Amino acid sequence: MEQLICKKLKLGYENITLTEDLSFSVEKGDYLCIVGENGAGKSTLMRTILRLQKPLAGSIEYNDDLTASKIGYLPQQTIVQKDFPASVYEVVLSGCQNSLGYHLFYSKQDRKRAQDNMERLGISDIAHWCYRDLSGGQQQRVLLARALCATEKMLLLDEPVAGLDPMVTSEMYALIDKLNDEGITIIMISHDIACSVKYAKHVLHIGDDFFFGTVEDYRKSPAGSKYLGEGHHHD
Amino acid sequence: MINLLLSYLSYPFVRYALIAGVLIALCSSLLGVILVLKRFSYIGDGLSHVAFGAMAIAAVVGLTDQMALTLPITIICAILLLWTGQNAKIKGDASIAMISVGALAVGYLLMNLFPTSSNISGDVCSTLFGSAKILTLTRSEVILCIVLSIVVVIAFIALYNRFFAVTFDESFAKAVGTKTTFLNFLIATIIAVIIVLAMNLVGSLLVSALVIFPALSAMRIFKSFRSVTVFSAILSVSCALLGIVLSIFWRTPVGSTIVIADIAAFGVCSLIGKLRR
Repeated sequence: MEQLICKKLKLGYENITLTEDLSFSVEKGDYLCIVGENGAGKSTLMRTILRLQKPLAGSIEYNDDLTASKIGYLPQQTIVQKDFPASVYEVVLSGCQNSLGYHLFYSKQDRKRAQDNMERLGISDIAHWCYRDLSGGQQQRVLLARALCATEKMLLLDEPVAGLDPMVTSEMYALIDKLNDEGITIIMISHDIACSVKYAKHVLHIGDDFFFGTVEDYRKSPAGSKYLGEGHHHD
Repeated sequence: MINLLLSYLSYPFVRYALIAGVLIALCSSLLGVILVLKRFSYIGDGLSHVAFGAMAIAAVVGLTDQMALTLPITIICAILLLWTGQNAKIKGDASIAMISVGALAVGYLLMNLFPTSSNISGDVCSTLFGSAKILTLTRSEVILCIVLSIVVVIAFIALYNRFFAVTFDESFAKAVGTKTTFLNFLIATIIAVIIVLAMNLVGSLLVSALVIFPALSAMRIFKSFRSVTVFSAILSVSCALLGIVLSIFWRTPVGSTIVIADIAAFGVCSLIGKLRR
């Protein structure tokens, strides 16, 4: 089943168009990797899917009970968060915002969901640690757990391994792969084309070259062979 | 000493000062945590100067209830500052510097052009540093202060989870459907209210200290948002009480005595934070 259909999207800001005529769809359980040069509009595409900004033209359709607010989002870290005094549990629980509705406080189910997701990502033992005292990899796990609280269907990950060391990076990829196996649709932006293609099922390449299709086809395509060929020393 | 304190407490103006002081300290510390973490501290500083200018206008116009003018003007400026910060044609910090310095100049000029008493520099000094203002509050001012404080505290508790979410990660909060724009404007409005209230206590130049110090002190020691918020509220109220009482004994200006207490508390908290590490 197609969960997300983007038709003829035109992305950008007031007078700058980043990308045009972008059409693709994402199936339930898919693992889509979005690649492309810096400034090609990868993050803008993600923000548009989340309805954080409007497309200049085109449409996005959400199916299978999915709405923009029921997508789990893992944004890039901000400076504000670096020294933020919040416990791991508080951060994870804030992922349940979309089930607050008009209630003021989180329900028992919300708290349970936060606990379950911390367990799922192996961070329950650091639940009361301070977010700012964690390593980069632990922080990403916390933000991933928070994203999982917001969704049962789809995760949008904006460079989930940026700034992590190689060991932690491969752990992170394995974790994301595991979540995908559990049935969660993954859409991920990555700089690390070679590595992300290893796990993904589909690739969306935007920018100067355009490609949308399966990973196998991407390897054979001109864009794919160009980037994968020199992907190891290219970011 | 206790007897002396009790004898002071029999004066209504001392009781008023203590009630207003505690409530203002409580509100400012609660919002202070959000302000500091959202990197909005400078907005608080800018707004306090705006409130000074507004108060000068109110004095010149001859309003008996100066808050009736200062409150709306400060709220409007708070919203404007936040709004320009988001649609940055003039960068946020520059526009704040502009507005705050402009308000100071206009305020001082007005006070000189249309003096309301023979002692202009005394008036200016008391608006800037609060000198004895808190001890001259009338009954109706104290009631207004109580009502506004209760509204602020209720709003804070009711929206606590949303305030946390929008402070920690605005993009995420917006993505999952939280009304971040509304919350930001609400925060700006509450800050404006607190600053106008707190001007009575410590004067417009020292308002930021009341907002920022307790939050920063709490962050030295505590590791969760809730404990930081609770501790900064307790600390701020204690410092305000201590400051008011000491200023009565020592005959020092109330505002600066409270701020000195806050600074001392910050020093102690930093030390504890260092030792714990």
